[in-house]
Amino acid sequence: MSAPPTSTAALGSSSEPALDFSDVWLGFEEGPILRGLSFSVQPRETLILLGETGTGKTLTLKLAAGLLCPDSGTVRALGQDITGKPERELLEFRRQVGFVFQEGALFDSLTVRENVAFRLLEEGNVTEEEVEPVVREALSFVELENTVDMYPSELSGGMRRRVDIARAIITRPELLVYDSPTGGLDPVTSTTIIELIIKQRDVFKTSSLLVTHRLQDAFMMATHYFDRKSNRMQPLPPGMQGEVPMGFLILRDGKIIFDGNLDELVHTQDEYIREYIS
Amino acid sequence: MSNTPLPATRQQSSVAASSSVIGVLTEAAKESVLKVQDYSILSYHSVANLFSRPRYMPDTVTQMDDIGTGSLPIVLLSGFFIGAVMVLQTGTQFQRFGQVSLTGDIVSLALVRELGPTITGLLVAGRCSSGIASELGSMLVTEQVDAMRAMGTNPSRKLVSPRVLAALIVVPLLTTISVFVGLLGGMVASVFSLRLSATTFWQRAIAILEFSDLMQGFSKSVVFAFILSTVGCYQGLNVRGGTQGVGRATTQAVVVSSVLIIVADTFLTKLALYLADKL
Repeated sequence: MSAPPTSTAALGSSSEPALDFSDVWLGFEEGPILRGLSFSVQPRETLILLGETGTGKTLTLKLAAGLLCPDSGTVRALGQDITGKPERELLEFRRQVGFVFQEGALFDSLTVRENVAFRLLEEGNVTEEEVEPVVREALSFVELENTVDMYPSELSGGMRRRVDIARAIITRPELLVYDSPTGGLDPVTSTTIIELIIKQRDVFKTSSLLVTHRLQDAFMMATHYFDRKSNRMQPLPPGMQGEVPMGFLILRDGKIIFDGNLDELVHTQDEYIREYIS
Repeated sequence: MSNTPLPATRQQSSVAASSSVIGVLTEAAKESVLKVQDYSILSYHSVANLFSRPRYMPDTVTQMDDIGTGSLPIVLLSGFFIGAVMVLQTGTQFQRFGQVSLTGDIVSLALVRELGPTITGLLVAGRCSSGIASELGSMLVTEQVDAMRAMGTNPSRKLVSPRVLAALIVVPLLTTISVFVGLLGGMVASVFSLRLSATTFWQRAIAILEFSDLMQGFSKSVVFAFILSTVGCYQGLNVRGGTQGVGRATTQAVVVSSVLIIVADTFLTKLALYLADKL
């Protein structure tokens, strides 16, 4: 059951984008942060959002999940316009979105089991006994089955991120957003997290938007696929792409200065981008 | 610049200063109005949420335990000694007129109408309003509140309403206990200090009370519970500036809820006296 690499021609879909930003502006007292963002994430696509600190990457993710409302422009996600929707309707919408936070954002008064099961229990009509196998399955996906009774304070930084991924994917959301999932982690742990994200991408093929400022993570995601036989990520053969389409966005001063694939990124003539990726 | 006449420069700077002072005052006024508006909205939702699903009863029970059981020792201790001090202070005055038996009356009225609810409200505000603010503030700065919203859970329902409901149930109970223990303290002090019999003290303490006195004490404790819980939640969910902000919010929660309790007490007392006179 490995996920074999496929040719570029086989990719793509004509259906409505999973996420679509159209001329989105957002600012605070100090002035506009996002200046007319327009981009889309196609179904099954993983889009990597790169940029320097303070360019509005996290704000973009929060807009995508409906945690913030833009000053102007439109955000459409999973077939619905979420711009200016009342909070009650947004709560319903967010149940279809998985959000992996920068620092994990686990509930520190709850155990790992309760954290991962939180969403299922909130949706109601299930008992803790019914939820248990689903929790175990989600934790086994991130290889942390043995931590069910531990509290977040007892986990390392990398383990907390993995639990957060398990919590985000437990309901099989239709859209996943990752906010710097490897931020502040050592290279070995970062690779483990990226391997998990690649596994999630290739196994469930969920539309995803991932923010990172670690270029090596972005390139690793574009050049590797998850091999289910070996249960490891493997490098893609030269000239091939993975089953899931991958795209790159680069933000600078609240504007998109690059929107394309890996090949276009490495061959760009833009001075700033060349310096940024070098 | 050297050619600029000095008086003109002074005039300009004075105009600029006055306009900036007006600007600062206007901004401060706007900010205050916004805070009152946000607090009112939070308070409204905290109650409105109780009338629709989902309700978080296990969270409410946990909060009842935290606010109620956690505050019991300080309420018992302070209640007992406040009752005793009341007797010592008033008893010596009554002794001058040979009316020592009135001590039970005055202590009972003061505890039921005023000291029981107010002291309990202030003590629970000091302990729980700060605790609520620091807990919710820490959740906010570590993105746990955003995580909750991102998972489709309404933080107002999950975090605010259980705390408000728990306080509304538990604070009147704590007040009742505080009044009872205060009367016990008063009885002990009157027996040993004023040589008044325990039976006389209790008989007078109970006989003087009317239904309106009990209602006054009860209604005050309910209002104080609402104030201390909503102020704690508001301060916690409006933290700005990371962990430093959590510290500030904690202090603010105690200060604001204590002042509001005392201010509300004045108006409630006036209202209760007016209603008692009318009915």
